Amino acid sequence: MTPPDYEYLRKLLKDQSGLDLSADKQYLIESRLVPLSRKAGLAGIPELVQKMKAGSASLTAQVVEAMTTNETFFFRDKVPFDHFRQAIMPEVLKARAARKSVRIWCAAGSTGQEPYSLAMCLKEMDSQLAGWRVEIIATDLSQEVLEKSKAGLYSQFEVQRGLPIQMLVKYFKQTGEFWQINPDLRAMVQHRQLNLLHDFSQLGTFDVIFCRNVLIYFDQDTKINIFNRLCKAMEPDGFLVLGAAETVVGLTDAFKPYPDKRGLYRPNDSRMTKAPAGATTPRIAVAAGM
Amino acid sequence: MKTCLVVDDSSVIRKIASRILEDMNFRIVEAEDGAQALEACKRELPDAVLLDWNMPVMDGFEFMMHLRQLPGGDQPKVVFCTTENGIDHISKALHGGANEYIMKPFDKEIVAAKFQEVGLIAAPV
Ligand SMILES: C[S@@+](CC[C@H](N)C(=O)[O-])C[C@H]1O[C@@H](n2cnc3c(N)ncnc32)[C@H](O)[C@@H]1O
Repeated sequence: MTPPDYEYLRKLLKDQSGLDLSADKQYLIESRLVPLSRKAGLAGIPELVQKMKAGSASLTAQVVEAMTTNETFFFRDKVPFDHFRQAIMPEVLKARAARKSVRIWCAAGSTGQEPYSLAMCLKEMDSQLAGWRVEIIATDLSQEVLEKSKAGLYSQFEVQRGLPIQMLVKYFKQTGEFWQINPDLRAMVQHRQLNLLHDFSQLGTFDVIFCRNVLIYFDQDTKINIFNRLCKAMEPDGFLVLGAAETVVGLTDAFKPYPDKRGLYRPNDSRMTKAPAGATTPRIAVAAGM
Repeated sequence: MKTCLVVDDSSVIRKIASRILEDMNFRIVEAEDGAQALEACKRELPDAVLLDWNMPVMDGFEFMMHLRQLPGGDQPKVVFCTTENGIDHISKALHGGANEYIMKPFDKEIVAAKFQEVGLIAAPV
């Protein structure tokens, strides 16, 4: 790959998806884009870049998707789901007892293991949620992973990483070589394509946001920008869950760490006093209007 | 050090599984069928059993039934590891007292995930 082609792709990826590649990631681009060029009937990356420069929006979208890392698994890292069951949901059940609704957003849902893990957690506490409106919204930049998430169809390998066997038996149906999550759990998750670089205020306001293992790919300014917008998309008493290698510390004071719960954050008090729960701010008006 | 009894009639599978489990700090005892496994358990109860289903002499399910009758036999964590990948077999194993279930083919990640699931090894921090 020529240095100008690399620079072109690097800048394009940074602009389109936030992916922040260092100067030496040629191999990564090649490993993903050489197969893509072949599939598109092109000779290789030079021709691919040429077509993209000539304005092929569909090729550009394919390139951006091909460069995303979609690895995920059920109950990934365990701890966040313990937080969800033991800290987040008990507080939500109290705080929303009158409203009886909870809105949860998986901001990089990938192929669905994360939103469906949350759906299974909620199913296990069904009796406490009787009469509640539960929304899980899974978004991702990549249309391809969203399609897979919607289908809820997983290989034998995928259902054996992180998913307890009892849950497989309880919540999945075997179809040939694959396992499909049951329709009632699929119905709990709504899917939308969404680029975190773009405005997401139309999604409304959430009680819980899982934004895990996506910000690691972005540079500092992009992270800060997204954190600040996530804070606006969250109830003042909401919860933010980040990936194991991610933190807000040193980047923004919009969120503060939740004591003794690694990876769990809440909006900062200063903001809570500015926007107390139930106040009719424009944000809440948007949520109500949905 | 925890002990894992690896029960499979294929020496290749026993070898692969043992290598994975040794890396996870288990002491390994091997058995070729359910009857040998039961003898091993009568001598010394392991902390974990990685258990094939279809084997000559005595199959894995029958072995588990006997194991669970031994004094203290409810203690070992039994993790099936078999090509019997149908829901009927899985349910039968769970009802019979299995703790986890690995569908072959397996790899290191799956064994680690399942052993974490039943508390035999700690989750990575
Ligand atoms: C490694 S996966 C994380 C999945 C899941 N949250 C987890 O922790 O297991 C990262 C996901 O982020 C998505 N992604 C990358 N850039 C994005 C962007 N700018 N906006 C939205 N999603 C993005 C990718 O498509 C990919 O599915």
